[in-house]
Amino acid sequence: MGIVETFLNAEVFVRTWPLLVKGLWVTLQLGASSILAGLVLGLGLSMVRLYALWPLRFLARIYIDVFRSIPVLVLLIVVYYALPFVGIRLSPFVSAMTALSLVSGAYTAEIFRAGIEAIPRGQFEASAALGLTARQTMIDVILPQAIRVVIPPLTNNSINVVKDTALASVVAMPDLLKQATQAQALAANPTPLIGAALIYLAFLWPLVALVTRMERRFGARRR
Amino acid sequence: MSGFVSIRNLRKFYGDFEVLKGIDLEIEKGEVVCVIGPSGSGKSTLIRCINRLEDFSEDSAILVDGIHVTPGRSLARVRAEVGMVFQSFNLFPHLTVRENVMLAPRRVRRTPRAAARAQADRLLARVGIAEQADKYPELLSGGQQQRVAIARALAMEPQVLLFDEPTSALDPEMVGEVLDVMRALAGTGVTMVIVTHEMGFASQVADRVIFMDGGRVLEVGPPDQVLGAPQEPRTRNFLSAVLNH
Ligand SMILES: Nc1ncnc2c1ncn2[C@@H]1O[C@H](COP(=O)(O)OP(=O)(O)OP(=O)(O)O)[C@@H](O)[C@H]1O
Ligand SMILES: [Mg+2]
Repeated sequence: MGIVETFLNAEVFVRTWPLLVKGLWVTLQLGASSILAGLVLGLGLSMVRLYALWPLRFLARIYIDVFRSIPVLVLLIVVYYALPFVGIRLSPFVSAMTALSLVSGAYTAEIFRAGIEAIPRGQFEASAALGLTARQTMIDVILPQAIRVVIPPLTNNSINVVKDTALASVVAMPDLLKQATQAQALAANPTPLIGAALIYLAFLWPLVALVTRMERRFGARRR
Repeated sequence: MSGFVSIRNLRKFYGDFEVLKGIDLEIEKGEVVCVIGPSGSGKSTLIRCINRLEDFSEDSAILVDGIHVTPGRSLARVRAEVGMVFQSFNLFPHLTVRENVMLAPRRVRRTPRAAARAQADRLLARVGIAEQADKYPELLSGGQQQRVAIARALAMEPQVLLFDEPTSALDPEMVGEVLDVMRALAGTGVTMVIVTHEMGFASQVADRVIFMDGGRVLEVGPPDQVLGAPQEPRTRNFLSAVLNH
């Protein structure tokens, strides 16, 4: 067999395509829900990290540092294989989503903090002088401005989350990578793996390019 | 008899450094007070204490309309009554000019949208920038931005307006238009406390001028007295330095 028939076998590709699509769907669901949960967690954490009483602030800092230090794969395996020993048994999807969003939340919190701290003090003072509450100041004045600053790094983080969903295949999650390895075994041909790699690329490359463009544009605007 | 704004033994520290060394000041309702003095004398700190953008010492007291300016519920009431205009405008860049003016009435006073909008347009006309209402602040000149900031402060219908060097960040040709707006406000019954280096403006508009130096009030009186016939050598030095500049 030639290289092309081995790695890009059209017949195998057509046969295993439905499996890959099923896997892709799971990957996207896992990625989207983890990104969303990470955003909510990260926003909350950044508020605690910036504005809560000091013991809570301190705890938030520890959380953020710990979950940025731990490898996602290690966390995932702890959640999936270790938690059952204390009676917490999570499905592969929930385990993966938990691990991914705990880590994503830590990164997101730092991104939001940096975005909020980039807003000039005068914005907080003008809001306070007008009688806005801290909450109104955040929602109506600070966050709408911070969003512009945080969108590129948040997109970057989302790309990482989607990439890390592939780790879920080690806890038997039928995601894109898992389906591809199974299809490979079934067909005795590596074409599905190449197909999966191309699908990851097709989704993530445009996002990577987008981040580069946004960074260049925001960078230029702020001189 | 205590004033509408009553400042009693105001002291403030930055670490060990005493920025305000016990200031007593009574300001009447509707009075226009200009605060002058050399850089670092504590002028900004003084007026920023009035709406508690700066904390101050426990043994000090500031009352506005009889309300203690202390953290908590009463602070919200004070801030709703006290407007502030900053040297650097501090407009909200993500909102249009009209939205800048509408935000506080909408959120703090819960004014319905249509009413807040009508009020904003009225105020923008009053400061002479009605045509710019739909623009974003960055497209306006400095003088226009500062007039928007004044309209934004007026939207809360404050009893007291604080100005911290409102014209210091402006190109010279725009100073006049902002001072004109402020001149028109004086005498409308709103109490004004203005930190300024514009001595001509102070002498025309102020009911009283306060000269500060080293965290103290050294001299207080009507403008023709403080600016025209200062008693303190330091006031004289400062004025001659400013006027001969
Ligand atoms: N956050 C701060 N930390 C420490 N010192 C400060 C702080 N803010 C102000 N100061 C000091 O307090 C003193 C008074 O400052 P303030 O800004 O009130 O002076 P000012 O009279 O408004 O001066 P200017 O005319 O330059 O605006 C200055 O010596 C200044 O260095
Ligand atoms: Mg100052």
